[in-house]
Amino acid sequence: MSFMVLLRTAWKALLRNLSRSLLTMLGIIIGVGAVIASVAIGAGAQAVVLKQIESLGANLIVISPGSVTTGGVSLGSGARTTLTLEDVTSIVANVPEVAAAAPYSSTSAQVVAGGVNWFTVIGGTTPAWPIVGNWNMAQGTFFTQDDVTRVSKVAVLGSTVAANLFPAGGAVGTTIIVKSVPFRVLGVLTAKGQTGFGRDQDDVVIVPISTHQERLTGQTWVNTILVSASTADTVAGVIDSGERLLRLVHHLAPTAPDDFTIRNIANVQQVRIATSGAQALLLAAVAIVSLVVGGIGIMNIMLVSVTERTREIGLRMAVGARGRDILLQFLIEALTMASAGGVIGIGMGIGVSFLVSTFAGWPTVVSGFSIVLGFASAACTGVVFGFYPARRAAGLEPIDALRYE
Amino acid sequence: MSSPDGTEPLIEVKDMTKVYGEGPASVQALKGVSLTIRRGEFLAIMGPSGSGKSTFMHLLGCLDHPSSGSYRLAGQEVSGLTRDQLAMVRGRQIGFVFQSFNLLSRTSARENVELPMLYAGVAREARDARARSILEQVGLAERMDHKPNELSGGQQQRVAIARALANEAPLLMADEPTGNLDSASSVEIMTLFQHLNRENGITVVVVTHANEIAAWSGRIVTFRDGLIVDDRPAKEGSAA
Repeated sequence: MSFMVLLRTAWKALLRNLSRSLLTMLGIIIGVGAVIASVAIGAGAQAVVLKQIESLGANLIVISPGSVTTGGVSLGSGARTTLTLEDVTSIVANVPEVAAAAPYSSTSAQVVAGGVNWFTVIGGTTPAWPIVGNWNMAQGTFFTQDDVTRVSKVAVLGSTVAANLFPAGGAVGTTIIVKSVPFRVLGVLTAKGQTGFGRDQDDVVIVPISTHQERLTGQTWVNTILVSASTADTVAGVIDSGERLLRLVHHLAPTAPDDFTIRNIANVQQVRIATSGAQALLLAAVAIVSLVVGGIGIMNIMLVSVTERTREIGLRMAVGARGRDILLQFLIEALTMASAGGVIGIGMGIGVSFLVSTFAGWPTVVSGFSIVLGFASAACTGVVFGFYPARRAAGLEPIDALRYE
Repeated sequence: MSSPDGTEPLIEVKDMTKVYGEGPASVQALKGVSLTIRRGEFLAIMGPSGSGKSTFMHLLGCLDHPSSGSYRLAGQEVSGLTRDQLAMVRGRQIGFVFQSFNLLSRTSARENVELPMLYAGVAREARDARARSILEQVGLAERMDHKPNELSGGQQQRVAIARALANEAPLLMADEPTGNLDSASSVEIMTLFQHLNRENGITVVVVTHANEIAAWSGRIVTFRDGLIVDDRPAKEGSAA
């Protein structure tokens, strides 16, 4: 019996009990839909994280001050004031694989421009910062090393700040007031959007580190040192050399703990990828459970169908059908039902992904792989759970089947 | 062709028994039956219910296995064949006609007739052509694409006969073929069997409990209590 004839027979049998077939497919539809949607949401989240890693700057290493322990009480990371501008210069001078390094200190303040004001973060750094952090200028220029040396009162605005203080544009060349100090705006940074942790990276005003220390905060240490390794392969080496160098520069005894923390930002983001992977795994587990339940539904209905059509099976055997013809007929019927469920499920999954990205604003990426995976798992479910009823049909004795009432 | 003399045997059954169940609860439906049917015979099997005639018919039709004894169909011993081999024998050598027609519902007459050819692996065009020609032969040229529920009982049984003829089987077996039909349709069906027997040389075995149906045949075999108790030619001229 040709495959096309079998398919046509199976299709007719399914259409004969359309509502029953649809109800039977429901488990498969939900299962496959869940696979497609979960993979789409997971892939979307991953794509966002990868983009964020890129936007943070290539091969970024962050050095922050260590914790302080006084009288057995450990204060958190960053409580110390051990990092200095000299650390930055010595890292750049002594670690060859470093592409650039920039200090970064921040404080919060109200910024006033004309009649408008905005509360934001004021960052102090050097011209190396846009290189390390992969920032570009939307308008104007970044300040120079000269501005750092001369403690110039100049600033570069993040796009969020620029948009709020100068909704009509034209920020470059104007003057803003921060803590009673006037700053001339040199430029506006291109927007980067939120970090992986939901902080708006563009809600910032950047000034020279010297001006930041002397005019705004009065602190002599720096909050963070951002280091960019020349290639991805040298990141580990830079962390290692950087740690040894800082211990030396900070005159730490061999037994003393580090008074700073040095870590790779990509690692932190990879943790997030792993987390979204775990979420995807959970959804996949839900999908598998749903497929199994759907498969049991198919098995149940196929058993009913075999019983209902016992006389038909007997007749087919009487006119020459072998056991494997009957097996194949019912197997293909189960397969057709499961595959049809799979196709509907794929449609639903794509629909759900679309709705999620439209209404919830989560990015989703429907991959060809998940569609193939969804269809294949539906078809497998059909074959696996259709086999037992099909084998039961094929094992009937022709005369018992014919005489079945 | 109805004369058995001198022609080769199509069916040779020796000491066939059939026991249902095991132990003290077992029932011996056939207690050692021997029968030879020659090619071209028109045979009626009669007997009261429980006499073993239906069991014998199922065994002749390779729908069931005998408990013991030998059965040669067209020279081939079939009692030891596997399930698949028996399916092949049923498909190629035997055409069945049932009391309740057993047509696939919601499937046209033509597709019903094509069913045995599907399992025999006949190509699509050949299937289609042969189904048309057989349906014309049984007088259903105008109703080929009708579904069984759009046909009368007699017409449905003629579709079933066409189906039995699909693979040009030499043996036609009919189990109470007129049991669900009115007398006019019964005559039509029996005339068709007679025609197929006389003109096409097909061996016909009809199981019936009705004398007027048996009278269409050339030879009547009577069963009682799992044994053949009578085997004689039908009276000539008693057919309607």
